[in-house]
Amino acid sequence: MAELITNIGGLRMKNPVMTASGTYGYGEEFADFIDISKIGGIIVKGTTIAHREGNPYPRMAETPSGMLNAVGLQNKGVDYFIDNIYPRIKDIDTNMIVNVSGSTIDDYVATAEKINALDKIPAIELNISCPNVKQGGMAFGTDCKSAQSVVEAVRKVYGKTLIVKLSPNVTNIAEIALAVEAGGADSVSLINTLMGMAINAEKRKPVLSTVTGGLSGACVKPIALRMVWQVAKAVKVPVIGLGGISSATDAIEFLLAGATAVEIGTANFIDPTITIKVAEGINEYLDRHGFKSVSEIVGALEC
Amino acid sequence: MRKYLLDLIVSSNERLNNNYILMKLTSQETLPEMRPGQFVEIKVEGAPSTYLRRPISIHFVDKKANELWLLIQIVGDGTKKLAELKSGDTLNVMLPLGNGFGLPEGGQKELLLVGGGVGIAPLLQLGAELKAAGYSPKFLLGARSAKDLLQLDEFGKYGELFMTTEDGSMGEKGFVTNHSVLKNVKFDKIFTCGPTPMMKAVAAYASAENIDCEVSLENTMACGLGACLCCVTDTKEGHKCVCTDGPVFNIKDLKWQN
Repeated sequence: MAELITNIGGLRMKNPVMTASGTYGYGEEFADFIDISKIGGIIVKGTTIAHREGNPYPRMAETPSGMLNAVGLQNKGVDYFIDNIYPRIKDIDTNMIVNVSGSTIDDYVATAEKINALDKIPAIELNISCPNVKQGGMAFGTDCKSAQSVVEAVRKVYGKTLIVKLSPNVTNIAEIALAVEAGGADSVSLINTLMGMAINAEKRKPVLSTVTGGLSGACVKPIALRMVWQVAKAVKVPVIGLGGISSATDAIEFLLAGATAVEIGTANFIDPTITIKVAEGINEYLDRHGFKSVSEIVGALEC
Repeated sequence: MRKYLLDLIVSSNERLNNNYILMKLTSQETLPEMRPGQFVEIKVEGAPSTYLRRPISIHFVDKKANELWLLIQIVGDGTKKLAELKSGDTLNVMLPLGNGFGLPEGGQKELLLVGGGVGIAPLLQLGAELKAAGYSPKFLLGARSAKDLLQLDEFGKYGELFMTTEDGSMGEKGFVTNHSVLKNVKFDKIFTCGPTPMMKAVAAYASAENIDCEVSLENTMACGLGACLCCVTDTKEGHKCVCTDGPVFNIKDLKWQN
């Protein structure tokens, strides 16, 4: 049994396997299938300062080896989270991490400040990369200056582990990662979804109500892997890799490319037990190759 | 209700016509409790364009035989692959999902179950449970033509059958909402599942006649667990997940979309 304990900017995890925001609800939805406390970290649904209804239906289109979504950050707002959801999930014995999103810097700061006060939330993931909201979100994540500003502002009010989730919808993701690191991020996670589109030819109409949406699933893995590799070479803070991870081998590829931990997203929809299988599979790989700790394979790609 | 992820064994997979299969699944263990109107999510192997699980209504649960019946319309690659499965094959199934139909209450006696197309599927189990609870449900089933009216012998075991076909080849010619049974009987509750235009017409009829009415929605979905929020429908209380808050909704709670 190799050592799976992983450290992300001061956040200690039982293993490097986390769940991606928006694909795992608040964790409870999966508790019938597995012991969710065995997951390294659960990143809950994107939370905003105020209630958001999200985008109209249809919000999803299946694509070859993937899917497009246009949920648009539907959530009941941070106060509802604190009063109603936090009490239910705070004692789950793993890192419960809140994904924080907003339309303005003030929104991000106010939400992060409120989450900072919650004892059992050891980290936030700042979402500056949602492609499905008209204002904010991805706008912050596609420009170095705005990315750095929002992270600096949140850093001032947020004392615990600050992860920043990056958008792949940029020309040079390493530049954005460096800006975010300079702004005070403890870690970066990447990639959020890729902007895509689906068309119903018979009806001559877009499939999604918002025309465009975010692409995820196995089809995005090569892009995600390349970006994680580029970012891990550029920054000093730990990188969390995600994008199409559907097996332990996929996760190991991200670790080799330089990720310290991984998030599993769309694959949770196909196999609600995938997180545990990936953690076990990483352990099996480490044993088989004679590694004592998962940290030994982080960035161990030979090229 | 607790949800399970099970490898079920195909006990039979019968082609009913060009477009439909009746698949019966079993397990060495006793199948979990399932309510009428709930659904399952099936993992389809070996269909390249099929990435997500396929949500399929529970058609019938044969407790004696420990069998789950699924009535499946062949639409795309995923369902085509399901049609190729043979007895003895295994299928990974997540079940039971969703809320299911509400049982009649407050002296509701005259019950009408209206189905169209593959939407007839959940009405068989509902009819069976209503009959077992002492009701005499009536089924009103609509289709394009006689060959598309499926499982009539099964439905007939649990209640009186009324039918419409668009070409008049069986039952009354026209749509379900034109059937004479609606004029001849004063119903207390209507349950419906089928194409959206049909359900909207049934809901409009029920509203006009002040009849309690539940509809089972079929929005495209991903997780089936209320995690991804993809399958929402607009209700008077905002967006709700069809997979967990539904698939069955009372029409008084819905804001129908165009």
